[in-house]
Amino acid sequence: MDGIHDLGGKQGFGPVRYTNDARPFHTPWEVRANSLYVFAVRRGIFNMDEYRHAIERMEPRQYLTASYYERSLTSLATLLVEKGVLTHAELEQRAGGRFPLAAPSAPGRTNAVKRERFALGDRVRARDEYVPGHVRMPAYVRGKTGVVVGESPAYPFPDAHAHAVAADDEPTYDVRFRSEDLWPGSADSALIHVGIFQSYLERA
Amino acid sequence: MGTHDRAVYATATPQQRVDAIQAALEARGMNVSEAVEGLDHLAQEQWVPQNGARVVAKAWTDPSFRARLLTNGAAAVAELGIAMPKHHRHLVVLENTPALQNVICCTQCSCTAFTVIGLPPDWYKDLEYRARVVRESRTVLKEMGLDLPPEVEIRVWDTTADTRYMVLPVQPPETVGWAEEKLAEIVSRDSLIGVTRL
Repeated sequence: MDGIHDLGGKQGFGPVRYTNDARPFHTPWEVRANSLYVFAVRRGIFNMDEYRHAIERMEPRQYLTASYYERSLTSLATLLVEKGVLTHAELEQRAGGRFPLAAPSAPGRTNAVKRERFALGDRVRARDEYVPGHVRMPAYVRGKTGVVVGESPAYPFPDAHAHAVAADDEPTYDVRFRSEDLWPGSADSALIHVGIFQSYLERA
Repeated sequence: MGTHDRAVYATATPQQRVDAIQAALEARGMNVSEAVEGLDHLAQEQWVPQNGARVVAKAWTDPSFRARLLTNGAAAVAELGIAMPKHHRHLVVLENTPALQNVICCTQCSCTAFTVIGLPPDWYKDLEYRARVVRESRTVLKEMGLDLPPEVEIRVWDTTADTRYMVLPVQPPETVGWAEEKLAEIVSRDSLIGVTRL
């Protein structure tokens, strides 16, 4: 989905709030929120793609105003309710207030019909596709051409894995793009590498 | 609507929501508490950048390890007892040189090789870094204190699949000959992400 989470290349943001001793956690509930979602993944209640997608399904106003671990706990709660482990009413009753969840999911999809094995150095194009469910190809490479610089072992295909749709595992390719091709006339010069699942690619 | 109703309809705090989830799971007989205390410990004590620092120090002092690390990162870090989660099946180590700066990010959320380089810092997961570092890399690095000469090439790696990345920083020349343990102390988390040089 073309959600608010897909931030790469969006303009108008201010300086990175950088400190050189920044920590991953600031309060104990953040540590606990992280541990609870890892617990649920380890128990097999949901997988990492479902977890990512439930964060992405938060409505934009909610997503942008929530802190990182608030997004994490929203995804966790949404999936526990959707999987029938808990009810929303019970969560609100125990929390003593509203407990906002993410919006419902659109359908997923299985692997592309035509998939090709690429070699290092091949020129590839990110397919010009618009996907209602989970997808891990960032929108900023859609339709753009780059060069394969790496291949990784087969992984579950996220567009299927986030939606309990059957699919083959497939390799991912590290594809090198020029920032000048991604944002012509409007980017600092650099090489941008994106990890792209095989189904998202075609030969250029 | 009375005061009572307003209180009911206010959004619970994150702390209240986290407690509600844990209590509800506990009520299902899931024995959550012990498991999450163990995970709290892992997150704060084990998934730390000192792991990556050990990897870098070893790579600086042992050329054959360095070669193995650049060929198969996951197998090489396993030699040092550093495991990766099941869904991280591949670790690509990106070697910086005086003329090349690699930097990693996750524009869609927060993916990192967290068992190796530590759980990501807050700014890495913030909207600003995610939106800007791919498009305005040199500007963003400069704002963060890394003012690279124009001849240094920048390569950004967006963690959008299950491959994970770690930057191998350039060893400061004055540290050549130091013991591995001492070298590990100078390797910062941010140098493993690639937003600083040592």
